[in-house]
Parts: sequence; C-alpha cells; structure tokens
Amino acid sequence: MLEVQNISINYGICAVVQDVSFALRSGKIIALLGANGAGKTTLLKSLNGGLPIAKGAILLDEKELKDYSRREIAQKIAVIAQETETKFPVSVLEFVLAGRFAQGTAFGWETANDLQIAVECLRQCDLANYEARQMNQLSGGERQRVVLARALATQAKILLLDEPTANLDLAHQALMFRLIKEKCLSEEASAVLITHDLNLASEFADEIILLKNGKLAAKGAPEAVLTEENLSEVFGVKVLLDENPVSRRRRVTTIY
Amino acid sequence: MSKRRGEEEKRRKGEKETISSSPLLFISSSKMFALLAGLLVLALLLAIFLGSEKLSFFELTESQAAILYDIRLPRVLLGACVGASLAVAGAGLQSLLRNPLAEPYLLGVSNGAALGTMLAFVFFSQFEFARPIFAFAGASLATFTVYRMAKSRAGMNVERLVLSGVIVTTFLSSIIVLLTSLLDAAKLRSFTFWLLGDLSQATLNGFYLTFVAVIIGTIILSSQARALNLMMIGERDAFDFGVEVKRVRMIVFALASVLVGSSVAASGSVGYVGLIVPHLIRLMIGSDNRLVIPFSAISGATFVVLADTVARVAIAPRELPVGAITALIGAPMFIYLLRKS
Repeated sequence: MLEVQNISINYGICAVVQDVSFALRSGKIIALLGANGAGKTTLLKSLNGGLPIAKGAILLDEKELKDYSRREIAQKIAVIAQETETKFPVSVLEFVLAGRFAQGTAFGWETANDLQIAVECLRQCDLANYEARQMNQLSGGERQRVVLARALATQAKILLLDEPTANLDLAHQALMFRLIKEKCLSEEASAVLITHDLNLASEFADEIILLKNGKLAAKGAPEAVLTEENLSEVFGVKVLLDENPVSRRRRVTTIY
Repeated sequence: MSKRRGEEEKRRKGEKETISSSPLLFISSSKMFALLAGLLVLALLLAIFLGSEKLSFFELTESQAAILYDIRLPRVLLGACVGASLAVAGAGLQSLLRNPLAEPYLLGVSNGAALGTMLAFVFFSQFEFARPIFAFAGASLATFTVYRMAKSRAGMNVERLVLSGVIVTTFLSSIIVLLTSLLDAAKLRSFTFWLLGDLSQATLNGFYLTFVAVIIGTIILSSQARALNLMMIGERDAFDFGVEVKRVRMIVFALASVLVGSSVAASGSVGYVGLIVPHLIRLMIGSDNRLVIPFSAISGATFVVLADTVARVAIAPRELPVGAITALIGAPMFIYLLRKS
C-alpha cells in the first residue's frame, strides 16, 4: 500500500505540487487527471522517490519511502514512463529482462526463471516472438508494449503509469487496460495512472484525483469527480455527461 | 493438445537459442571469447618476435636476449595493458553516458591525465610514483568537468558532450604546450612522441602498475555491468528499476580515471582505442556489458599490441608513435559513428 501524506514538491522556488494526499490500496486503480502542467507527472515521479519531496511523507507498506534502497523500491514499484529512445542496439528481450534487475544481483546473469517471466510477459502484451527484435526497429506502439512488458516482468505490486496509451491503437489500449485491471484484481496489485482520456479513467479507475495547478481539485469515485463543475473548473471546457450503456459508468463528451 | 504443447515448447527453445547467440556471428559467446583470446596470444607472439631486430623463436644471442627481456617484452606487455585499459574505460563511459562516441581521448580524460603526468614530471621528477597519481587526479578532474559541462537540465545530447570534450581537450592542450616550453630540447622530442601515445619508454614498473589497474578495473566494472545495461537504456529507467544511479556513475568515473591515468602515465595519450574496440565488439556480440567489458579488454589489448607492432616495423629502423596508428584508424571511424548517430 502506498500512502501519500500532504506532500509538496518544488522545482527551485516554484511549487509544482502542493499539499496532496491520497492512499493507494491494494487491488485499486487511481487515475490522475488534470490539464497540461498541472503537476501530474511530477507527482507520479515522486511516488517512487524519483523526485525529492519538500514537505509531507510517502509511506510504502507503512515505512517511509526514503528509508528504502533503490532496489527495494524497484521490487515493489514498477514504472511505465513515456517511451525512451535507445542509442545502442538493445534487443526486446534484453530490454524486458532489465525489469528483473531488482530481483537479481548486479554481477549476475538472469536465471531461467527470469527468462521465463520475460517471455511470458511479452506474450501477455501481444509480443510473442519479438524477443530477438531490436528496440530501435519497433514502431512506437510496439515499443510502448515492450515498456509495459518490462514493468510486468518486475512482478511489482504497484504500477505507476504515465500516459501508457499515448502510442497505442484501440485494440492495444484495451489490451493494456485489461492486463492492468486483471493484475490488480487477481494479484492484489494496484496502479496510479496518468491519462488524458476521461472515459478511460471513468471505465477503469476506482478513484480519480483531479489536479489543478499542483493542488488537489477533487478526489473520489469517478461519478463524484467527473462532474460538470469540476471539469469546467480544471479544463475550462463544457461537457455533456451521461452513462455508458454497456458498462454503466459515467461517460464524458466534450462540447466543442 | 499434447502435440500443441510440444510445439509450443519447441518454439520456446528456439527463442532461447536466439537469445544466447550473437546478432552477427552465429557462434556462442564462450567460443567468441576463446577466439579473441587466441588472437591476443597470436598478436603478443607476433609483436615479440617481429621488429627492427628479428628474434628467432629458438636461439637468442646475448644481445638479442637483452632486447627481448629489457625492451621488447615490457613494451609488448605494457601495450596490451594500455589497450585493455582504454577499451574498458571507453566501454564503461559509453554505457554510462549513453553515447557510442564517448571515448577517454575525445572527452579530454586522456589529456587531463597527460597534464597530471607532466606536472609530476616537471615538479616531482624524483618520485616515480607521483606520475600515475597525478595522472589519475588529472583524469578525474577532466572527466568531472566534461560531465558537468555536458549535462544540462534537458539532459545530455551527443553534440554537447563531444563539444565539451573538445573544449576541455584544447584547454588542457594549451597548458601542456606551455609546460613543454619549460623542457629542454632533448626532452622535447620524446615528450612530443609521448603526447601522441608512445610505448617506446616502456618499463617493467609501468607494466606492473597498468596490469594491476586493468585487472582490478575490469573486474569492478564488470560487477556493475548489469546496472550499466540499464543505464544504457536511460538514467531515468535505470533509477526506476532499482539502480543506484549516482553510485554507479561515481564508480565508472573513478575506474575510467584510474584506467586512463595509469595507461597515460606509462604511455601517453593513445587515442581512439576506447572508441574502436567497444564498437566492434558490440557489432559482433550485441550491447550486453557483461560481455562487452571483458571482450573489450581482450580485444583492446590485441589492437594496441598490433598497432604498436606496425608502429615499430612500418618505417624501421625508425619508429612511429603508436597513437598515430590508432588515430589513423580511429578518426575515420569517429566520423562514421557521428554520421550514424
């Protein structure tokens, strides 16, 4: 479980995140919404210790994040960031095996178990037989799925996702969210997810956190947060709200 | 059903085979290592028996024995250690800085070490061990300076790194030139040679020091190889997946400084070894540092030993500095790599 208590994050003298609190319980998905520059990515980066917090505390399984080593954090938290570019020829399998780093020794080689996990995670992400392909020869969407496979390969219980669907086609967006949802339900994993797709958040998240200028604008169940007032205040747009006839979840349509 | 499972298993096995084999050469990495080690042995033998005075494998006169043990053997062995040191330092710096162009010579690390060596030579010439210590200090300082200059808030790109290296290199060069004006004419020629990378002043003491440095350096750097594999993908990624980025960076910088410092103190700045060798190794076996680092050590040794043999015999009985030969091969390769990136 990840507990965020009144944290503030500064870039220089500029406060990017102010006084944000929430708790990520096992099995749950939290969606982080907000306009560009609202502090979503900054907040997400701080959750695994990637950015120092100026105030407040982050507790990971009831212990302060700063008391863990990098390796211990990586065993518990996996990150899916916006895709990275590699200058060296790295194969898909090597890339995914990097996700097993925290489980092994720095000196050592991957075990047969590591290899099996990596191959299985690739298969789950619809990338069977991609092992020997080079990362820099893949399309953006394929790379994004390899990044997901690497995060799954860590077998960490907490996933942090920064716009994971940015490059994905419709089918693979659905695949990615099904995988994450299944992992949360069956393995008591949990996820914090940044997205700009309000309907996706509504469908998949148990809780939505709405950020405005680094501050908490609203927090709660999708129906409670995705309201006309909130969305107009945070994004400055008019929306039409109704119910998705299939999932019975709230549906947001922007009025242009 | 069971048939399908069998097929599935076969497919899996096929995948595993493609994993262990190298992308270009279809032989296993252990055979590859044996091949490269064999090449090194051949190069060493060739270098020992070839030269302006050809030595017989079976019979040596007294003066030939003296040439073998006092001059040629230390020189060949030192060459091997220098080559291994520079190649390993290059492989480490490239992964750390995520840049195939990072090379001790181009980043100014070699020049930092050269300046340190010169300072020790001019001011503390009575202490032989002042030179490697000063060389190490100079190399560390240059490494750190280039790193700080190249890193901006937006990260570090190829051009910025290369430019920082050029600036530090030229700045250090000008100080070196100023210092050479303090030398008398007789020393000046040997110093000019030394600056270009020259193994003709090889001593057994120099060899021992670089040997210890390269063995320790390669082992410690190899111990960080898996972390470096992650760093190679990206610092952010490495951090997220459990690498103590700052610690690994300090280790690599310190080791590169030790490796370059000890080799420059013994033989001057032999350029481009750290660029050529790791690049060729990656072409052959891929980018996994657990293989690239030890393979670079072996092949770097072979490369410099061969280059020095060419330097000795090309215009015999006169000699060229070995650095001239390595630069002749390395500079075009640098242009090729720069265009590719």
